[in-house]
This record gives sequence, C-alpha cells and structure tokens, in this order.
Amino acid sequence: MKETKYKVEVDSLTKYFGSLHVLDNISFQVRNGEFICVVGPTGCGKTTFLNLLTRIYQPTRGDLYIDGQSANPKKHNIAFVFQEPSSIPWMTVEKNLRFGMEIKKLPKAEIDGRVERIIKLLGLQDFRDSYPHQLSVSSEQRIIIGRAFAMNPDLLLMDEPYGQMDVKLRFYLEDEVIRLWQELGSTVVFITHNIEEAVYLAQRILIMSNKPTTIKEEVSVDLPRPRDVADPRFIEIRKHVTDQIKWW
Amino acid sequence: MSMDEKKIRLRLEHISQSYVVKNEVRCAVDDVTLDVYDNEFLVVLGPGHCGKSVLLNIIAGIEKPVAGQMFLDGGRLLKSDERIGMVFQKLALMPWKTVMANVEFGPEVRGVAKGERRAAAQKYIDLVGLTGFEKAYPNELSGGMKQRVGIARAYTNNPEILLMDEPFGQLDAQTRYAMQEEIMKIWEMEKRTLVFVTNNIEEAVYLGDRIVLLTRCPGRVKQVYPIGLPRPRDTVDPQFLRIRKEISQNTDLAL
Repeated sequence: MKETKYKVEVDSLTKYFGSLHVLDNISFQVRNGEFICVVGPTGCGKTTFLNLLTRIYQPTRGDLYIDGQSANPKKHNIAFVFQEPSSIPWMTVEKNLRFGMEIKKLPKAEIDGRVERIIKLLGLQDFRDSYPHQLSVSSEQRIIIGRAFAMNPDLLLMDEPYGQMDVKLRFYLEDEVIRLWQELGSTVVFITHNIEEAVYLAQRILIMSNKPTTIKEEVSVDLPRPRDVADPRFIEIRKHVTDQIKWW
Repeated sequence: MSMDEKKIRLRLEHISQSYVVKNEVRCAVDDVTLDVYDNEFLVVLGPGHCGKSVLLNIIAGIEKPVAGQMFLDGGRLLKSDERIGMVFQKLALMPWKTVMANVEFGPEVRGVAKGERRAAAQKYIDLVGLTGFEKAYPNELSGGMKQRVGIARAYTNNPEILLMDEPFGQLDAQTRYAMQEEIMKIWEMEKRTLVFVTNNIEEAVYLGDRIVLLTRCPGRVKQVYPIGLPRPRDTVDPQFLRIRKEISQNTDLAL
C-alpha cells in the first residue's frame, strides 16, 4: 500500500491485444468526491479503457489504485452504469435499488435509509412499486444511476448513460446526476462522446487521443453551477475540446 | 424568394392515423396538414412515439391513413410512388450483398441495364464518400458508413422526394455530427425535396429549412419554425443556441 492523497490513481495503464496497441501509458489521478469526464474520438479505445477500470481485463502494464491499493472488485466498491439500462426486470423499482446493497450484506436499517434518500432525490415516490417495463427508458436509467449512487461506491463509472437522449431530457438528467453527486459526494468518472455534456458536468475533462490511446490533455472546467450552455466561457471550452478530438 | 412563392411538391391535408390496440382506438397522427416545397429540407421533429415515423410511412405509401388526402405535384397520392424514396433508421441492407450490389438493387429490380445502373450507383457511392468500398460487405463497415450506403441506395433510385426516418438515431454523438455535415453536403450538391424525421432538436436546427414540431402522441402540428440561419451552421453560435432553446422550451419533457 502506498501513501496517497487521491481516491483513484491510474498509473501507466497500457494494453495490447496481441500486437494491437490499444492503450498507451495512461496516467491520471482522481480526488475523493471529484467528477471527471473522459472524452475522445470515436473508436479511441474507451471500451477497453473502461474494461480495465472495472477489472474485466487485466492491463499489459500499469495498474489502477483505489485508496493507494491495487483495485480489487472483491474489496473495493466499483459501480458502473452502462448506456443500456440494466435493471432487473422482475424486481420493482425499490427492490432494484436495494439489490446491490443486499448483495453486499449491509444492515437493513442502513439499506432502508439509503433507499428512501435516493427515491426522494429522484422524485420517484409514486413509482417505488412499479416494474422497469412500466417505466420509460430514461426513467429506467434514472433508477440504475440511483442504484449505483446508493452503493456509496469508491468509484462510480458511467459509460454514456444518456446516449442519444434529446437536449431537453439530457439537461434534466444531467442536473439530476449533479444533484445526486453533490448530495452523496461520490467519486465519478463519466465517459461521453458528447462534448457539451462533458463541459456541463465535469470539474475536469480528460481528452483522449486516437489509438494507441493516451491522455492528450486535461481541461479544468471552473464554471459555477448550474452551468449555462450559452455562456461564452462555456462555449469557449466546448470549442476547444471539440477541436482536440474532431476527426470528422 | 419567400416560401409563399415556392412551388409546393407535396401536400398533406388532414391526415390522421389510428390503430386498434386491445379493443381500444389509439390515435397516432391527428389531423396533420402540411405543405412541402420544392427542394426544401423539411425536418419533422417530435418526441419518441409521437407518430412522426407513422407520418413518414404514410407518405411513402407503406401504410394507409384512416383520414385525409395527399397530393404530389397536385395529383392525388394513393399508394407508394416511384418518385418517393426512403432511408430507414434500421437500414435493411442485405448482408450477403456488397455495397455496390446493395446500392444498385433498386434499379436492378426495375430491370435497368447493368451499365446504366452501375454508373448511377457509382456516382452516388462516390458522392457519399464510399469510393473504394464497392466490394465491401455491410458487416465490414462502421455505423456511419452503413448509413452512407443507405443514402446512396436511396439516391440511386433517383427519387424526387426523399424521406429519411431518424437515419442517425443509432450513431454516437460525434459520428452523428459527421453525418449531419455529410448529408448537408450531399443535399447541396444534389438538391432533392427532403423530409427528415428526428427527435433531436439540435439536429433539426442544424439541418432544416423549416422545422415542423409535433406534439406528443397523438402527433399534431404544434408549431412550424422557419430556420433562416446561413449554412454551414455552427452548433455553438449564439443564434443557433437561442433557437435550440426556444424549441426545447416548447416541447414536453418526455421522462
């Protein structure tokens, strides 16, 4: 175990598939309670990157540390949210929210408390006994995001959870995720193709390069919240990040 | 030239569509009246399940409306018409055929001679930027490239009216921007009367000469927005953002 002031440290992460060099020496740190967005050009190896962070793949070189220890999904609490909602169809909204915590064998009173808080934050009091198929895709995704936050994860990874939702819906959900994050103080790494979304959400944006992928630049977004997408400073950052990844 | 002086190609009068679901009549499209002008890029914008694809299917003659009439160049439009072509979101490319064979399929079925249909197909394969991929199979192509094949195929049929049903709905945000720029280039080089359906407000403002905003189910015309911004449009231009916001505020939050 090494001394560190960071919650998450990615150190020289490198991945080859045979002779294909996908990730090259990726290093960055995330402070406890920080919200980071990762953007990169289409096909830049972000899925491989995520699969390394979740420990589905082993890196060729380098490692991921949580609280100074090599990350271990059996010990550390790593939560993920994917683009496709992954609720459990035969469980109600409330049971879906409880599920992860029950697996982790948390005390019932603790689970009750966290579930109530999340349901309230999401404004889903009337839907606690509904089943996922009775909800829209966007509401189903809200449950999954709530479930991930409820785990009090060491690291919460989100992979384009708002995919191709329209601006109005996207802004609503982005405000909601910020509210959850501010209330619960999780450490979030949020991956997106959408630059406006990254500038709207992040404290810091990591810009990835083409393959072999490395971190090309870090941009810190020091704008007050709620952010205004028409604010010239917002637009300036959005343009800058777009220029860095634009391949089309 | 103002819109009033422009020639009307396609006219929809009081089009309604409904279905019987579990012994209940469900209205999908309600009394839509709309003119589409010659060489206009018209965007039909609406939330999910608002009946916008149904409306496109009706224009294409894939389904018949329960009420209303349609006219193409003043003549009644009663069934599918060769002058109207369509690009679908789920492309329905034939996986066992090459790009060339997919693109030239329409004229081939109509019995157009090989030399002639090849020339037409090649022209549009070049136009959509797929030169060199004629012999590739669909599974060898990325999502954006498959959409290009779909567009080339529709153009090769040489329709006067092109219908596009959320063609970029399944692409990632960046590929989507790339394809929006691409379709604009293609349309400016080969003007057609185009009816483009989307649920994405930003895409609508980027592309449309006019935007027809539909209500949530059943789809009714809520408002028509002429978009006067010069092209190519800039998605972070203050004017652009203002229009996007205005339209966004006029839509329901579809949670």
